[in-house]
Amino acid sequence: MLKFLMKRLIQTIPVLIGVTVLTFSMILLIPGDPAQIIAGEAASPAQLELVRERLGLNNPIPVQYWDYVTGLLRGDMGNSVRSGRAVSTEVFGRLAPTIELAFYSTLLAVFLGLIAGVISAVKRYSLTDSVIMFGALFGLSMPNFWLGLMLIQWLVIGQGWFQASGWGSPQQMFLPVVTLGTAGSAIIARMTRSSMLEVIDMDYIQTARAKGVSERVVIYRHALKNAMVPVVTVVGLQFGSLLGGAVLTETVFAINGLGRLIINAIRARDFPIVQGGVLVFAFMFVFVNILVDVLYRLLNKRIDLN
Amino acid sequence: MQEEVNMNTGGISGQEPINPNVVRFKEFMKKFLRNKSALIGAIMILILFMIAIIGPMLTDVSPNAQDLTNRLATPNADNWFGTDHLGRDIFTRIVHGMSITLRVGFFSVLIGMSVGVTLGVISGYYGKWVDTIIMRFMDILLAFPGILLALAVVSVLGGSLNNVIISVAVFSIPVFARISRGSTLEVRQLEYIEAVKALGASDLRIISLHVLPNILSPIIVQATLNIATSVLTASGLSFLGMGAQPPTPEWGAMLSDGRNYMWDAPHVATIPGLAIVVVVLAFNIFGDGLRDALDPKTKN
Repeated sequence: MLKFLMKRLIQTIPVLIGVTVLTFSMILLIPGDPAQIIAGEAASPAQLELVRERLGLNNPIPVQYWDYVTGLLRGDMGNSVRSGRAVSTEVFGRLAPTIELAFYSTLLAVFLGLIAGVISAVKRYSLTDSVIMFGALFGLSMPNFWLGLMLIQWLVIGQGWFQASGWGSPQQMFLPVVTLGTAGSAIIARMTRSSMLEVIDMDYIQTARAKGVSERVVIYRHALKNAMVPVVTVVGLQFGSLLGGAVLTETVFAINGLGRLIINAIRARDFPIVQGGVLVFAFMFVFVNILVDVLYRLLNKRIDLN
Repeated sequence: MQEEVNMNTGGISGQEPINPNVVRFKEFMKKFLRNKSALIGAIMILILFMIAIIGPMLTDVSPNAQDLTNRLATPNADNWFGTDHLGRDIFTRIVHGMSITLRVGFFSVLIGMSVGVTLGVISGYYGKWVDTIIMRFMDILLAFPGILLALAVVSVLGGSLNNVIISVAVFSIPVFARISRGSTLEVRQLEYIEAVKALGASDLRIISLHVLPNILSPIIVQATLNIATSVLTASGLSFLGMGAQPPTPEWGAMLSDGRNYMWDAPHVATIPGLAIVVVVLAFNIFGDGLRDALDPKTKN
């Protein structure tokens, strides 16, 4: 296991380097003079020169990249063009709501998705199954920002049950979690159903039934446990894509997370913040994927031993 | 059986082999027509296209015509979907927005697919270091979760509809690369590829005549499902103000406008969202059905 983990971590290194190359090139690829963009339209030539000097824009590109990466290793992601504060302070200060949002949404997605998927599989080809599966397809086809707005319309404006902005209290957190978790639960439901259906006709399930094991035990202990293996991978990937989806959800519900920070920074053309935020998102995603691989392996091994 | 006989005797020499592609296509059509969801999806998509092409000719007002005396009207006989904050007819704007949505979906997938499949096939066919380099690069693109890669690209290029197409295309490259690489690896091992190679066929010929046709089905399924995702991503970018600029009747941007009037006129945000759902749903239903029809593993 440890060997596997080490191997996986080493494999990640080129990817992480590649990610830094891409975020670094963002500044280079912006059409126009980066110094001008950073200093603003009204900047004088002298001010521009100062910005170039300070950001090292006069150096050759490889030197600039080297400075960027060594800076990153020291935890230095540059400074915000607008506030002047360190990007790392801004970015890490906004991380908690985003991770919490993605985490709770994943929990909801797993919970709803598993229940719906199992019911669908057990009652396959019935009306219930069709309704659940159409619901899942619908959930997959909704833009989550629209769902968020609709929930605000019904439950905040219409009923006054929840709050439509901010993060912290359960009343604030409920709607964003539902908004972000819906598509995930749809994907997990579909995955659970199909992997349950593959398992459910296998001999050992029939044997368990023949032994007189109750249907409930057959479904939950025997079938679901084995059907879970592919589902785990999907859950892990979901957590990652929910991190990305948080960008839209945070904007709809005015949550001061990393996603909203990036959006506002793009609007304000505060590129160091965009760079830093995108980088942190990517690193988180890469490490979540490693975690999923490890989990998958552990789960698989246990089943092998059984 | 009857068909087979006809085809055999139809050949000039009387021994001409049955074209396997024709047989495969017939088999596919049989499964496809039996598959209800593929059929429903196909019909839905056809209708959407007709709306996109014919719709704008049938609407008599401009999608940007303002009527400030008739702002935020709820749906009624004159304005079927009501009007927005500038008194523009939402129905007209939805109809005109259809072609934008479909165009973004198609072109972004077309670009992403062309690049992705090329890279994937090269990767799978040549293997070794070529494979390693290409797939590592794809891993790097995949390291940006969800909409973030598209967002990063669009933040660099600047917000416009064309840049949205490019950024969404970039976002779908790795998916196509992975799928086509996997399928190419499978096909490459088949004996007949070895045989063609032994006959001295060039790599280009082998790839285009023997590899590509054999990996087409998973790619087509993926492309269909990817149009759905691309429409969602693109509308998300426009919702964030990074895509189509006003007054373009793009649905994500319309939704974003409607956000400010949710208290007085909920329909302004509701309707464009529903339109997005219908389009995405159509491609998802079609894609699901196609997958069942094309996947040899699916039991009937």
